[in-house]
Amino acid sequence: METIGHLPFIVGSYAAALVIIGGLVAWIAVDFRAQRRALADLELRGMKRRSASPTQHRPMEEAKEKA
Amino acid sequence: MALTDLANPSRFISFANRVIPWLGGLTVIALAFGLNQAISAPNDYQQGDTVKIMYLHVPSAWLSMLAWAVMSVAALGTLVWRHPLADVAAKAAAPIGAAFALLCLVTGSLWGRPEWGTYWVWDARLTSELVLFLLYLGVIALWRTVEDPARAAPAAILTLVGAIDLPIIKFSVDWWNTLHQGASFGLTGSNIYPTILIPLLIMAVAFTLLFVTLHLAAMRNEILRRRVRTQRLLQASAAN
Repeated sequence: METIGHLPFIVGSYAAALVIIGGLVAWIAVDFRAQRRALADLELRGMKRRSASPTQHRPMEEAKEKA
Repeated sequence: MALTDLANPSRFISFANRVIPWLGGLTVIALAFGLNQAISAPNDYQQGDTVKIMYLHVPSAWLSMLAWAVMSVAALGTLVWRHPLADVAAKAAAPIGAAFALLCLVTGSLWGRPEWGTYWVWDARLTSELVLFLLYLGVIALWRTVEDPARAAPAAILTLVGAIDLPIIKFSVDWWNTLHQGASFGLTGSNIYPTILIPLLIMAVAFTLLFVTLHLAAMRNEILRRRVRTQRLLQASAAN
């Protein structure tokens, strides 16, 4: 077997693994930060989850009352 | 914490937050050890050094099928038991499975060129793996068309229909005359020499750990995404 002749295929395979798996890990990490940032932004605007605290702001109920 | 407690999304997130760093560290160690073993493993007497591609190709093929199997169980959870995290698990596993299927196809192609003299042939094993990759793209596209994440039934049905491809991939080398080699593993053992088999098994464990870590992280992202969506809907309705 020719070692030099096969080297590009072996290196190419490991490079493809690095790109595909690295891309997947990066995408999941970026997505996590984006979701956390979005939730933090919403909290800053006064939006809190119903289970977050007992004295929270309840916009849906308030909207219904207004209607 | 009981296993059933994880059905609660908030408890799942706190569990994932605790477990992901440990699993991530374990995955890095396993991958480093596996790659070291793979690189230092002897060449195959027939294939020479191209056997090193096997340490990526075979685990990615296994994981591409495992991810769809996980999605199928989750699809049953959605359709039969209406488990609150079932469709989250299915949706989160799809891009990870697609990445492993793509890696399997790319490495297989790069392995095929020096061994078979061609990058691609419409062989039963290769074609059925390509079908699996296309099914992943299909189910990801279907999820993207669903605005309300609670309406998971169409994706769950497609997942269960697509599960038919798993035994076809597995037994394609037995059912048809293929260029792809036959199964090297069975219930009775393996016909791979231990010096090559052990690094392969270590890489398989490392890839499985990678899948579990990424799946937990992607599920956590999906739960957060749904919270963001709910909060934005509440905000919009409060503004009206």
